[in-house]
Amino acid sequence: MRRIAITVNGAREELEVEPRQLLVYALREQLGLTGTNIGCDTSSCGACTVHLDGQSVKSCTVLAVQADGCEVTTIEGLATDGALHPMQQAFRDNHALQCGYCTPGMIMAATSFLEEHPNPSEDEIRHGLEGNLCRCTGYHNIVKAVQAVAGAGV
Amino acid sequence: MATVERPAKFVGTSQLRKEDPELVTGQGGYVDNVTLPGMLWVGIVRSPFAHARIGSIDVSKVLELEGVVAAYTGADLEFAAPLVMAWPINAEVKNPPHHPLTKDKARYVGDPVAVVVAESRAIAKDALELVEVDWEPLPAVTDIKAALEPGAPIVHEEFGTNDAGSWIMERDSPAPTRGRAAPFFDDPNLVKVKEEYYLARLIPNAMEPRGVVVDPNVAMGEYTVITATQIPHILRTTLAITCGIPEAKLRVVAPDVGGGFGSKLEAYPEDAICLALAQKLNRPVKWIEERSENYVATLHGREMVQEIELAATREGDLKAVRVNLKASMGAYMRLITPGIPMLGAWLYHGCYECEGYDFQYTNVFTNATFTDAYRGAGRPEATYAIERAMDALARELEMDPVELRRRNFIATDKFPNYTIASGLTVDSADYHGTLDKCLEVLDYEGIRAEQRSRRERGERKLLGVGFSTWIEMCGLAPSRVLAALNYIAGGWDAATIEFMPTGTVRVLTGVSPHGQGSATAFAQVVADQLGLDYDDIDVLHGDTGMVPFGMDTYGSRGVSVGGVALFKAGEKIIAKARTLAAHELECAETDLEFEDGNFTVKGTDRTANIKALGFNSWTAHNLPDGMEPGLTATHLYDPPNFSWPNGAHCCVVEVDQDTGAVEIVRYIAVDDCGVQLNPMLVQGQVHGGVAQGIAEALYEEAIYDEEGNLTTGTMTNYLVPGPPEIPSFEIHDRVTPSPTNPLGVKGIGEAGTIAAPPAVINSVVDALAHLGVRNIERPATPERVWRAIQEAQA
Repeated sequence: MRRIAITVNGAREELEVEPRQLLVYALREQLGLTGTNIGCDTSSCGACTVHLDGQSVKSCTVLAVQADGCEVTTIEGLATDGALHPMQQAFRDNHALQCGYCTPGMIMAATSFLEEHPNPSEDEIRHGLEGNLCRCTGYHNIVKAVQAVAGAGV
Repeated sequence: MATVERPAKFVGTSQLRKEDPELVTGQGGYVDNVTLPGMLWVGIVRSPFAHARIGSIDVSKVLELEGVVAAYTGADLEFAAPLVMAWPINAEVKNPPHHPLTKDKARYVGDPVAVVVAESRAIAKDALELVEVDWEPLPAVTDIKAALEPGAPIVHEEFGTNDAGSWIMERDSPAPTRGRAAPFFDDPNLVKVKEEYYLARLIPNAMEPRGVVVDPNVAMGEYTVITATQIPHILRTTLAITCGIPEAKLRVVAPDVGGGFGSKLEAYPEDAICLALAQKLNRPVKWIEERSENYVATLHGREMVQEIELAATREGDLKAVRVNLKASMGAYMRLITPGIPMLGAWLYHGCYECEGYDFQYTNVFTNATFTDAYRGAGRPEATYAIERAMDALARELEMDPVELRRRNFIATDKFPNYTIASGLTVDSADYHGTLDKCLEVLDYEGIRAEQRSRRERGERKLLGVGFSTWIEMCGLAPSRVLAALNYIAGGWDAATIEFMPTGTVRVLTGVSPHGQGSATAFAQVVADQLGLDYDDIDVLHGDTGMVPFGMDTYGSRGVSVGGVALFKAGEKIIAKARTLAAHELECAETDLEFEDGNFTVKGTDRTANIKALGFNSWTAHNLPDGMEPGLTATHLYDPPNFSWPNGAHCCVVEVDQDTGAVEIVRYIAVDDCGVQLNPMLVQGQVHGGVAQGIAEALYEEAIYDEEGNLTTGTMTNYLVPGPPEIPSFEIHDRVTPSPTNPLGVKGIGEAGTIAAPPAVINSVVDALAHLGVRNIERPATPERVWRAIQEAQA
């Protein structure tokens, strides 16, 4: 077992992890942050996307020990003071989710993408999110939601 | 026709979803989020062989591993009965026993043979590696036609054949067809086309894999099963049978479920295994499917060989359609496997008139994962065959495919309630109007001109345009029809409306949505009907311990069966409230008008509000003699007919002659699902359905090698399309209210998946038709397209 310290959604957490423990399981099963979902076992689907030191990563592809000393933001840490993050609101306003399973990862990927590409074209949005799969929406309204946030200049 | 009594305030508007706040903030309650005190983890040992006899299974090394609690084989985990198959289509059907853990041999890669139970997820996974199975591999067969050849490996030896029985419309359908097709194919004056299509096997890929948690109370013999399912009610019954536990002692909960598409419309081995383990060990157990496990353990869809023949006059009048299918069952008959092709049986002549119609299918066992309902279930297959064949006929007749369709459409003035050639009665439609709208949006002449111009200029990127003027039958289903089709259960559904003392309302529904947004749509219906605020209404579903016995969610039945049950419960609420209002206002019931939640004595300002009546029902201080306390009503609704949505879809593609790459340039959908309770939800269903249809046409295919290994066994090589592979959509509608139900609604959940594949493939073939290309197997990968071009030009 290894002892690590991670700052998750602003709070410092110390935990004992097996060296093979994936970050996503540390978040879900040790810290109880079950908003981050697991959709595959090949880093294909992006459902488990979180921010690691400000960058979006698939938390099924990061070992918990690699996150030692890092800052992690999960879907639970996105809303502030009870107000939805603009991307969360845009997903709801644009019906960019149905079953909701890919949604936390999709929102985390989209917020990170917009920070790097503040004024994207539709094509750039689609390629920017290509590591995240959704089976319900056909992506149409996800693209609209990201465009809405970009257009609002948030 | 739609008889909503008063102007709608909420129905027809795009209310934002009630479901969303928890889902966008990571507070969704999916099964993998459930942790119970003392909970154990379950791992399933699966066959690595497609076909192998099981010698012995040794679990002794597993039990030595620290943290392992138990391990069982099929010989020592007992069940009261095999898994339930609910659709024995006729006397011919072959239904081998499907034990949750196979005992004698494995029949597909992934067949469960043993189970381990451990203190943690990781230990359970480690333990799987330590189970030693003495395998005797056998030759396997996964190809449908090869499975029917003499000498083929036999999946179930007791039958001596892989032929699992046929269903023949002339013999087995309860509804007479307009006439036999055969005589038309003997008529030398008619033009005939004969097409053969292979529909690739598909993997549903709900984003949430499956999972089960069972919480036992062994002393009381009571069990709560929390599972990612579309069918908590049906599953309770099938688990009761398989595990020998009375239904009253079983509570099945579908929590937030991360998509289904049919893949969670199933009675799976793992549900029964986990229930049996919790019973045996008297501890909560949890099994969560991994994605690669999902690819072999969760049902597959579609795979079939289709033969379709059309006979028409030289002028283009369709006279007869003849269809013969061979459908892959995979290794077992699951819940409704043998009946899936039948769900398309009445649809292979599409929305066209004809005089003769013959249809039959043969079910075939192979050494592959069992198939069952995948989004559309039988209807995408039918639509694909007829819409591809209509294009083939158009080419044969040198006619424009749009013109051929128009010429054969069932005329709009035949509706409502027109009996089509296959023998069933379609509720409402305007096929001409729907296609006209599609063409108007498309600028058909402009696209054809551009197509000609590119060909003349010798451009390497060719343009193609393809149509799918589709119909389907959904809203499953009238119980009497299901009886005639040998389906064991009914197709009704239930709803309860319950006023709380403070004026808020609980709606309890027997359908079990898992992403569709039914709670939102249902609240809109009740708000309008009872004159309530949308926010006063909470819709609860998916817990057999809480909601009335219903028939769950599949077959686009949520609104057209469950929603109508709800509307009828609302009528009972109004009737009871009216009686109480008349009592309080000391007038005759007939003197009362009900509007906006208020009963008013006609011509006066004396009024009673329904919320106040709800409170007074609850106190029961002053009720008419004999009236039951409480303002609550339940209705069980059995639909008198299916609902028959339809539409016109058009796909425009660019095909690169040099690489075979296909790019969708435009996708237009004009759909008629009757009255739309919430257009935003309708469009969302179309978007997702079309995306899955495009995936089916261009990307997805489950491939087995000759030994029966699934070579597309992970998400890295089974191509679920991502955002760049799917275009934006142009969505339009044409509304013909269904006369079948008082809301005027039809289903929309499967429409896109039914419509899209032939539109896409027709567009690809259209792009290459002048080169001599007539067919491209789906998915139309760049390699297949490129080869089709080379072969046509050779």
